[in-house]
Amino acid sequence: MGRFILGRLAATLPVMGVVAVIVFLLLRLAPGDPAAILAGDAASPEQIAEIRARLGLDQPILAQFLSWIGRLAQGDLGSSIISNQPVAKLILDRIEPTLALATTTILFAVLVAVPLGVLAAWWHGTWVDRMVMAISVLGFSVPVFVLGYLLIFGFAMQLRVLPVQGYVSITEGLWPFLSRLILPTLTLSVIYIALIARTTRSSVLEVLGEDYIRTARAKGIGETQVLWRHALRNAAVPVISVIGLGIALLISGVVVTESVFNLPGLGRLTVDSVLARDYPVIQGVILLFSALYVLVNLAIDLTYLLFDPRIRY
Amino acid sequence: MTEPVLSIRGLTVPLPRGADRANAIEGLSLDVAPGEIVCVVGESGSGKSVTASAVMGLLPPILTPSAGEILLQGENVLKVGAARLRRLRGSRMAMVFQEPMTALNPVLKVGAQIDEMLKAHSERLNAEARRARVLDLLADVHLPDPPSLARAYPHQLSGGQRQRVMIAMALANDPALIIADEPTTALDVTTQAQILKLLKELQARRDAGILFITHDFGVVSEIADRVVVMQKGRLVEEGSVDAVLTRPQHPYTQMLIAAVPKAEPPPPRPRQPPAAPILAVRDLTKTYGGRGLFGGGRAVTALDGVSFALQPGETLGIVGESGSGKSTLARCIARFVDPSAGHIRVGGDDIAHCTPRALRPYRRRIQMIFQDPYRSLNPRRTVGQAIIEGPMNYGLSREAALARAARLIDLVGLDAGALGRYPHEFSGGQRQRIAIARALAMEPDVLIADEAVSALDVSVQRQVLELLEDLRERLNLSILFITHDLRVAARLCDRLIVMLNGQIVEEGPTGSLFANPRHAYTQALFAAAPKMRAAETAEATG
Repeated sequence: MGRFILGRLAATLPVMGVVAVIVFLLLRLAPGDPAAILAGDAASPEQIAEIRARLGLDQPILAQFLSWIGRLAQGDLGSSIISNQPVAKLILDRIEPTLALATTTILFAVLVAVPLGVLAAWWHGTWVDRMVMAISVLGFSVPVFVLGYLLIFGFAMQLRVLPVQGYVSITEGLWPFLSRLILPTLTLSVIYIALIARTTRSSVLEVLGEDYIRTARAKGIGETQVLWRHALRNAAVPVISVIGLGIALLISGVVVTESVFNLPGLGRLTVDSVLARDYPVIQGVILLFSALYVLVNLAIDLTYLLFDPRIRY
Repeated sequence: MTEPVLSIRGLTVPLPRGADRANAIEGLSLDVAPGEIVCVVGESGSGKSVTASAVMGLLPPILTPSAGEILLQGENVLKVGAARLRRLRGSRMAMVFQEPMTALNPVLKVGAQIDEMLKAHSERLNAEARRARVLDLLADVHLPDPPSLARAYPHQLSGGQRQRVMIAMALANDPALIIADEPTTALDVTTQAQILKLLKELQARRDAGILFITHDFGVVSEIADRVVVMQKGRLVEEGSVDAVLTRPQHPYTQMLIAAVPKAEPPPPRPRQPPAAPILAVRDLTKTYGGRGLFGGGRAVTALDGVSFALQPGETLGIVGESGSGKSTLARCIARFVDPSAGHIRVGGDDIAHCTPRALRPYRRRIQMIFQDPYRSLNPRRTVGQAIIEGPMNYGLSREAALARAARLIDLVGLDAGALGRYPHEFSGGQRQRIAIARALAMEPDVLIADEAVSALDVSVQRQVLELLEDLRERLNLSILFITHDLRVAARLCDRLIVMLNGQIVEEGPTGSLFANPRHAYTQALFAAAPKMRAAETAEATG
């Protein structure tokens, strides 16, 4: 078990190494020149060349890569070529809204979707089931930005019960913090509700057809007990997998939502850096995301242990 | 006569429209007295499992009884409400299912699953009393070390142990009626013998009535007091076990009993002059696992230095229980899995370790028939497509392959129209004929039959065995026949190999092996195999 965790943590290093190489190369291969963007429209070729030399971008790609990796190995993510601030500080400044939004979204989605899925499976083939499935199709189909603007229009502009946009740290009070997260959370969680509800439904349905459910009924146990004690825990593993997948996908999902609601999070930082060809920041953010991805997967694998005694690492 | 614990009167359960007959069960009446074991016997589709589910009130909604009554100690379970039915289940009647592998909840501890039964029906017991009772029950079914077993999860137990747990669970509230639906079908013969003994012992001690569903007349003769024979939803014969087994009245019963393979090998076939073996296996070993990403891991030896030779035209039986390595052996020879060490000579060439590309010419020469005819044929391809695919892969023209398919489908006893139809239009026995035709279309040197008749009803089993006997004479086939069933092996095989724990423990001509088994394990297998009283009696008189 401890050996498994250590092994998996050790395995993150090669994964991140590969990610580092690919990100570095892709950025260099993509069109666009940070020096030209930095110098502005009126700059002369000499000025641009001078900026390029100052940033070290005139070096061969291999030399640039080695110097970046060398500093990375010492824990230094480098500095932004636009603002000159350390990448680590930029990320730290922006991580709170993203973490807050991701947490509320996943929590909300799971709390809504799992009961919906279970109800749909339990009332399989009835109007309850059909309604949950309809909600799920709708959730998959509505684009995030459309839903986001509709919610802003309804709740913030017409009813005036919630703020339009922006972010307030939790240190400044719970309600100001939460009130600004409600609409982004609703917007972002819809697709996860659809995904998780569907998976829960099919997983529970499958389990309800198993032999041991028939055994439980033959024991004279009430139907609620059959569902709670015998069905749900057995249905959990696929649902947890999809929740883990959801957390990983969330990383890209926050980009649009943060833009719609003007949240100063990592998603916005990524978009801004890409537009400015701010190579060190993009590399830093993507490395962070890939590390998170690996850790989330590990956490999911460990969660299985709680639900299924047959799984051993 | 004492009042029966179960009395079924005129029970009719209609099938949904479009089924092959109107009723799953029609006008069924039977009684189970206290302390009596009544066996309901029939082939698949006879309605015996529907009967069991109907008594427990576990029928799916599309099967609703339309007439009759089911009286459990005088109370009609078809009339009582859902709440009362729940009270009766698990307390006055309990059920043991066929598949111990899937009938227990995999995520709950064994003790908790038995405890649940007590919690649901014996409210007077407190937690401590229930725990003591769980341990008593586990001891009653002769499970070792009840305290630690109660803490185990089902996957940590063997099939036989799980079935004992199921039985302990059924006994928890001292039910008046136990329904056992093919409780030993999924078990090895030696385990089956132990479970049957246990059921008899418990029933004698507790005076419960047992409704025992089975398709196996061997099991019937071991355990039944009375026998009820069902065919297509109707009761066709009923009587004491001796009467039914020795003097069956109904033609269907007579046919069923005659179809049971005798554990008596027929006289040996004339031996062919010894020739170079068509297949020779030497020191074949297969180890699973043991090479994880970080080394270590558990290594399981499925095959341990197995050697034998198959002569042209010979049928060699490989007999063993689950886990003996017989299926791994088949898969290694067919090269579906790669052997870890050893040699497999086909003709003169060793194919044990050659690459997939080099293996290609040999694939044709070794063909396999699988156990489950419902899953071994692609449902989206017609029978004709399934048969001609192999030969065409090896360069035969479509016309020639079709001509061969037509000849083979006739040879296995189906009409030529079958080629254009899909597998689901055929019965299990017909599908197995198709599977045989498909294998023969490759004109193989060696035919491997892996439990090829185990999933079939006895009457169908007999027909398929007859077909194989006929084909091997006509085509001089060399067959490797893998089975767990000694009776089937006796009938078909010239020579037998007995396997245990990946090794060959005994080998010899079928006749002498049956007459004089030398290894202790072979003797145990023979002792455990259910014997037909009828067959013995017939011999004694005839």
